[in-house]
This record gives sequence, structure tokens and C-alpha cells, in this order.
Amino acid sequence: MDLQTTIYLVVGASFALYIGIAFWARAGSTSEFYVAGGGVGPRVNGMATAADWMSAASFISMAGLISNMGYGGGLFLMGWTGGYVLLALLLAPYLRKFGKFTVPQFIGDRYYSKTASTVAVVCLLTASITYVIGQMTGVGVAFSRFLGVSSETGIYVGMGIVFVYAVMGGMKGITYTQVAQYIVLIFAYTVPAIFISMHLTGNPLPQLGLGSNLVGQDISLLQKLDTIVVELGFGQYTTTTAGSTLNMFVYTLSLMIGTAGLPHVIMRFFTVPTVAAARSSAGWALVFIAILYTTAPAVAGMAKYNLLATVNTAVTTNGDLYAADSGLEVAKQPDWMARWEKTGLLKFKDQNGDGRIQYYNDSGLAQAKADLAKAQKENGDIAKAQTALDAAQKKHDAAKDGKFTQAGWQGNELTVNPDIIVLANPEIALLPNWVIALVAAGGLAAALSTAAGLLLAISSAISHDLVKGVFNPNISEKGELMAGKVAMALSIVVAGYLGLNPPGFAAGTVALAFGIAASSLFPAIMMGIFSKKMNKEGAIAGMLAGLSITLFYVFAHKGIFFIKGTDFLPLIGGANPFFGITPEAFGAVGALFNFIVAFTVDKFTKEPPEHIQHLVESVRTPRGAKAVDGAH
Amino acid sequence: MDKSGEAYWKATLGLLTKILVVWFLVSFGAGILFADMLNGIHLGGYPLGFWFAHQGSMYIFVALIFIYAKKMGEIDRKFDVHED
Repeated sequence: MDLQTTIYLVVGASFALYIGIAFWARAGSTSEFYVAGGGVGPRVNGMATAADWMSAASFISMAGLISNMGYGGGLFLMGWTGGYVLLALLLAPYLRKFGKFTVPQFIGDRYYSKTASTVAVVCLLTASITYVIGQMTGVGVAFSRFLGVSSETGIYVGMGIVFVYAVMGGMKGITYTQVAQYIVLIFAYTVPAIFISMHLTGNPLPQLGLGSNLVGQDISLLQKLDTIVVELGFGQYTTTTAGSTLNMFVYTLSLMIGTAGLPHVIMRFFTVPTVAAARSSAGWALVFIAILYTTAPAVAGMAKYNLLATVNTAVTTNGDLYAADSGLEVAKQPDWMARWEKTGLLKFKDQNGDGRIQYYNDSGLAQAKADLAKAQKENGDIAKAQTALDAAQKKHDAAKDGKFTQAGWQGNELTVNPDIIVLANPEIALLPNWVIALVAAGGLAAALSTAAGLLLAISSAISHDLVKGVFNPNISEKGELMAGKVAMALSIVVAGYLGLNPPGFAAGTVALAFGIAASSLFPAIMMGIFSKKMNKEGAIAGMLAGLSITLFYVFAHKGIFFIKGTDFLPLIGGANPFFGITPEAFGAVGALFNFIVAFTVDKFTKEPPEHIQHLVESVRTPRGAKAVDGAH
Repeated sequence: MDKSGEAYWKATLGLLTKILVVWFLVSFGAGILFADMLNGIHLGGYPLGFWFAHQGSMYIFVALIFIYAKKMGEIDRKFDVHED
């Protein structure tokens, strides 16, 4: 069977499975729609949370990013898993005890204020909508790369599938499809990794393989990798940090706090039957997440080695990397390179015309050459481009004591999109077609499961917190269920529209979602539990302060609402003015600001009423936890 | 809050502090601040600081949550506030 047919079959079968589950798990009540009836066991919920959490970015892009960044990429690994410790210890069990449907409802009740819950709804919607756009484009990308259809068609198909199970089943349908999606995606991720690890190190466990010796050699994979990348002018793989150590520290902290504050993840812990189950369920979620997250760095390191070994034949023979015959002959490049070249994710340009590929850190020489050619063609600023090229050339010639120039290299010839690392993995390892098909189904499962979780967070905030909480408190249960389904359908259409017409900032969106969750929601919930005296004035001021300063910092770098040309960096003194912290890493600073403002305002305003302090006491103890109901 | 309630909350906060200290030490400590220093030590083919950042922290996080869930259950029973 040819590859395309196999992919259609496997992806088609996975979709049929999700729709089958949707029919079996229809939601008949608001409790089933919002929290799957509250009877989901801790392991099942953990697995669903893992699928909910691991997005297209985790599945497709993360290993590639780590592969490029080396050690510094660890900030994603620690940040996106360490958040679960915070979630388990500080939020999940207490919110479960509180026993309501949504995050804004907790904030509204705890701070005895509709304003507070409305501010929370705004934060939730901003975070979730920016996040869901990325998932929708991810669905489109996965479709177009694997199924050969346009990404528009891909998004329509994705919308259709999510529509069926999310509108019909709400949280109940989503939970059980997420379990199926987890199984598909984890299988798709680990199988190629196991084969590659076996091939390179003889150890079937990628987590151990990365720390093992290369097959038939007396040197460890990482040590060899370090030696090669340094010789090729890159930073050492095992020590290169992402920006300064301070930036890596704050970035990691921001991802942790953001993870713990993301409403679509928190919501999943309303579905378990008891407080104790909420605690252990967070542990199970992290187990299922860690299976992928500990495999990813192995995939990253091994794929990097594989790529270097493919392109420079001296890597495997321990020969001279700079020898004239070390570069891979273009005519001899493997099939997968040619195939991915067509998608534009892999680009090759023979800079020195020797018919071979040189891949190394050229100090920006190739880019400067391309810029100059572009300037000449489009009547741009040729003088400026020429100066840049001269500077790059000088740097290039001086690098590695001139070894690159002596070898006759005239610029890097291969550019690799990080996404390839996972997408082309099975082909690089020469695995059978069904594994390639599985990776396609896995990428789609990751994007769809996260999209569904986000859509539920969005629609429940609208139907439960706005329609029932603010506009029509007397709505019947049946009416609210209907409102929930309509809100879900509308959210899918909006998300699909935004996925089809991304507002030109797809790359910045996920960072923004984490920044908002970290700076607004996490502190408000945490103070609501751990500070009995925190009042509504403090909480509202804190949320608004955290949100504004984070948006301010991000917009200063990326434009107001990401509109090109509206960035205002000069106003704040250039890029990363706050101790060199990048906008992606700013969430933790926003959270700190939130805490400071909240406690200051709290000091000068009236303390919360008696019954609220009792509410906090009752949230702190597990006894008396009842089934989750949404009563306001 | 009554006396036993206060003691329960104090015990809870004590447990949280202990766990968060370990959480901080393995990730921000061993994985970031002291990574360079630890890289001199090797765990198989892994430099230790790199291992904490790319592997070790995550294993310890998992263990921490289960330890927390277990200890918290014990505290609940000790102060008689557990669910049935």
C-alpha cells in the first residue's frame, strides 16, 4: 500500500474512533456538559489532562526547538511539567473542594463580586482564544503536510470533528475522546523514538539512550554531539543557555505559573469525584505527560546527531569534518530530504558550487548574501546590505581560526525548520509507512484534543459565567445546557475563522496565553485560597495590574494586539529592557506585580465579610466535598 | 477557625513548604543555577546539570506529587477531616 493511502486509512480510523466515542458519551445535563458528571477516575482524568495539555506545539515543535537550543531548551521541559507541582499543591484540590463548574465562578464567589468574575472571564477568554488559534493552524498544517490537502480544507475537517464530539458530549465527550487521543499520540511519539534510540545506541529506552555510548564507539552520544557542534561553530549542546541565566530562570518560572493558571487545564480537575482524587490525578497527569516530555529531549539530541551525520559523512567515520569530500553529495541525499524540501521546511542552496552540502554556523553569512541579492533585485538599500555582508564575511573568516574558509566553505547551505525533527523522524529512521501514518494521526490528535479543551473553557465561561452568572441567573438547566452547546458551536466557528485568517501573530500567541494565565488568573486563585483576608478590591486591582503590565511589555515588543508597526520599543528603552527578560518570559514578573498590587490595595481597604472567611476555611479542608454542581 | 483547624492548616503549609523547596532545588537549583557546576559530574553519558534540566527534574516532579498526595492523605486522617 502506498504511503498516502496508509495515512488516509490510519487518520480516517482515528477520526471514526473519536466520533464513535462522541455518540456513546453524549451529555444530557449541565453537570455532564461542564464536568462530565463529576465521576471521572484519577487515572482516566490524568490521561485526558495529558492530552488536553499536550498541544500541537508539544507534539510537533518542542523536540525541534530543543534540538536547536540544546541545554537551554530544558526550560520548556521543566517549565511545562513543573507547573503541575504547583497545580497539585496550590490549586487543584481546593478548587475541587469548592465544587463549582468554572474558574471565573470561583473567583466571583470567593471575591463576592460580579466584577471580579467578569475580569476573570476576560482573562480566560483572551488566554484561551489566543491559544486556540495556534491549535487550529496546527490542525491545518498537519493536514496539509500529511494528507496533501490545503490547510483550509484541513481546518474545516478539524472543525467538523471537534463540532461533533464537543457540542454533543461537552466535557463528557471531550474527556473520553481525549483518552483515545492520548493513546494515539503517545504511541505515535514513542515508537519512532524507540527505533532511533536502538539504532544509535542499542538502548531501546530513549531516556537512557541519550545518556549512552554510540553503537560500536567508546564515546557517549552527548559528548560526541558536543564535539561536532563546536567544531561546526555552534554552541556546545549540553551547556548553551537560552539568553542569560536570569532569563532562563524567569522564563521557566513563567511557564510553570502559566501552566498552573491555564483554565482549560484547571477545569479538568473539577471532573474527579473527590479532593483526594484531584491530588493524585495531577500526579497521573504528569506521569502521562512525562512519558512524552522525557522522550522529547532524547528525540532532540538524537535527531540532531542523525542530521549532522547524514549531512557530514565524516561524523560517522570520525574523519576530518572539514575535508573536501566530507559534505554529503547532493546527488546522494536520502529520499526524505528531497521529500521535505518540497514542503519548504528544508532548504538547500549550494553556496560554493561544490555539489556537496555544508551545514554549519556561518555567522549569518548565507543570510547576508541572500539579503544583498534581494536588495539588488528590489532596489533596496544595497550599501547597507553590502556592509552587513562584509561584517558577516569577516566574522565567518575569523571563526574557528579560519578553518571554514580554508575548507572552501562559503556559507551555510542547509536550513532546517525545527518541526521536521518530529515530522520526518520515522523517515530518517527508515521506519515502515504505518509509523509515518501514525505520526500524522498523532499530530492531529494532539491539536484536536487541546482545541476541544480550550473550546470547552471558552464556551463554559460564556454560558455559565456570563449568561447564567451575569445576564440571566434564572435560566433553567435545560436552557443553560442549550446555551452551552450554542456557545460551543459559536466558539468553534470563531476559532476556525481565526485559524483560517490568523491575525498575523501565530508565533506570539502561545507565549501571550501563558503570560496572561500567569499574571492574572494564577495569583487571584492562589490568594483566594491561601490568604483569608484578601478582599475583592485587592484581587481585582491585582488581576488588572498583572494583566496590563504583561500586555504592555508584550505589545511593546510585538505591536499592539500584534498589529505590525505598532510596537513601541523606543518608548521603554529598547528590546528586553527589564533586566534583559524577553517578552515570552515576562509572565512571572507580571504575577509578582499582581501579588504586590493586590496586597497593597488589600491593606487599605475593608476586609472580606465573615461568610467569605468561612468559605475559605471550608475550601481548605477536604471533608464535606460534594459532587460538583454549578449553583451560584 | 477552631484549634484543630488551625493545626491542620499549619501541617498542610509545612508539607507544601517542604515539597516546594525540593521542587525549587531540582529545577531552578540543579537544572539552572548550579547546572554548570554539576556538569563536572557525570551520570552515564549525561553531564549532571544537563540531566537535571532535560530529565531528572521531571522524574522528581512526578514523585513529589505522589508523595504530596500520600502525606496529605495522612494529615487529613490525623486531623479527622478526610472524606468518608
